[in-house]
Amino acid sequence: MRIAGTILNAGEAEGPALVLTEPLSFWGAFDPRSGRIVDTHHAQCGVALGGHVLLLPETRGSGGTPGGIAEAVRRGTGPLGVILITPDINLAVGAQVATALYGRQCPVIAVTEAEYAMLIRQTHISIGADGTITA
Amino acid sequence: MELDSDDKDLLAGRRGPAMKLAMELVLQAGRIMGAERLQPVTFAHLDACFYNGQAHIDFAQYCLDHEATFAVPTWGNNGVVSLTHPQLYEGHPDREMVEGARKLLELYEALGCKPTWTCAPYHLPGGPKAGDQIVAGESNAVSFYNSVTGARTNKYGDYLDVACALVGKVPFAGLQTDEGRMAQLHLSTDEIPEEWKRHDIFYHLLGHHVGRLAGRRVPVVSGLSGSATVDNLKAVSSAVAASGGVELWHGAGVTPDAPTLEKVWRGGETHVLTRQDLAAAQAVLSSGRDGPLDVVALGTPHFSASEFADVVTLLQGRKVKPGLRFIITSSRFVMGYIAQKGWADILREAGVDVIGDICSYYAPGINTMRGRVMTNAAKWAYYAPGMLPVEVCFGSLRECVESAVRGEVWRDPALWNTLS
Repeated sequence: MRIAGTILNAGEAEGPALVLTEPLSFWGAFDPRSGRIVDTHHAQCGVALGGHVLLLPETRGSGGTPGGIAEAVRRGTGPLGVILITPDINLAVGAQVATALYGRQCPVIAVTEAEYAMLIRQTHISIGADGTITA
Repeated sequence: MELDSDDKDLLAGRRGPAMKLAMELVLQAGRIMGAERLQPVTFAHLDACFYNGQAHIDFAQYCLDHEATFAVPTWGNNGVVSLTHPQLYEGHPDREMVEGARKLLELYEALGCKPTWTCAPYHLPGGPKAGDQIVAGESNAVSFYNSVTGARTNKYGDYLDVACALVGKVPFAGLQTDEGRMAQLHLSTDEIPEEWKRHDIFYHLLGHHVGRLAGRRVPVVSGLSGSATVDNLKAVSSAVAASGGVELWHGAGVTPDAPTLEKVWRGGETHVLTRQDLAAAQAVLSSGRDGPLDVVALGTPHFSASEFADVVTLLQGRKVKPGLRFIITSSRFVMGYIAQKGWADILREAGVDVIGDICSYYAPGINTMRGRVMTNAAKWAYYAPGMLPVEVCFGSLRECVESAVRGEVWRDPALWNTLS
């Protein structure tokens, strides 16, 4: 399966898929030190995002998101890449800053709802530098 | 996206890698927002000086090391630590955070940011005016500047706020444009008695209710009297941003963009505010049970000079009940003003702690507070129960001050007898 996604932040990633069942805020609800979801109201509280290509429908908008994702990428606790439906500037900005500061990639790609529905059934996903998603 | 020669110089790296990164971040955001051009700005208020790990420090240090400079006057939000009260952090176990938060403020000051360290920059002289295109990131500051000042900004998250201030431009989209500022829903307050609209608590409850209704949309509220004070409008701005994600609200006949309802409203979804809505908002915000108090926490957003004047008047020369902690957070500028007026001494002698540079629900050193806390700030009441081991009682400013003197929650019969 190949999907041409919209690049929000360019980069390459490959790894097991992790699907979030509800939106996540990367400030307050996520701890960059451990890479885990810490919001007790979130259905997947305690889940670690590290080492996975993360799929989530959307983020919960927070101006603190860029710092949360950049710090996680710096520590190596963050996702390898992120695929979502609703484009999120904060996630893209945080990932791009992490690439500039630390030389580590964390691509952020937007896809359509139909494409997302197909992707969440996959177990292993790769993202190419041109935004192509292969599963 | 249309770029001029300055933009192209930045993008080509002719002013160094940090300015290049800033331009790339602005353009990346512009693409996602669907902007066709960039808009010059005249002012910035940064939120990225609020410490959130080493990456925040590394980003500011990268900008400093590569000689990035702000293109416009740039002020800073409050920090995670107070530089006016360093004694709060002696022996604090998380040295990494305390030192990191302090260093971050120093780095932004070295970069040229004015050390205002406040979430209420709109109380300081020399800020933006109606119609100015600006950059802001902290949610209440975004909401106040857009709504009450009539300046124009989207809510720019961490790093993007800094990038826009360095470049001196923002993507021309959203709330920077005329069309993006039109109201998407209308709330009438005509059914609420005028007498109720003279109480400060009305504006906090109204804001909480409007934020719930609006989510991230732009609401217009009608029926607010022209006598609503700036502190009242600040209360609405802060509450709508906390309970919803509102970045701009209009008060018909009250706020600068909305001299009339028709100017910002083309019809559509309409609601009518009822006494039951206000009572429901009070029930949500006052989630604790009334009783003996441990703390009174005011100053979210940072207190204004007129709010301090109100507290001094309400105290009537009385002292806070011994053992009760009464904290007011504010900005250095306003603290300087109340010191000149002699109010700082009055408050200190009464047992009130005035603390600068920080926010009282997210600050090591004073977030050791626990027990039953009373506040008049909808934003504090909304966030604190999730962040601190506290039970929150919400009340008017008069109720908060009176309760601090008595040592237990006091309710004003003039308010609640008329609401039910």
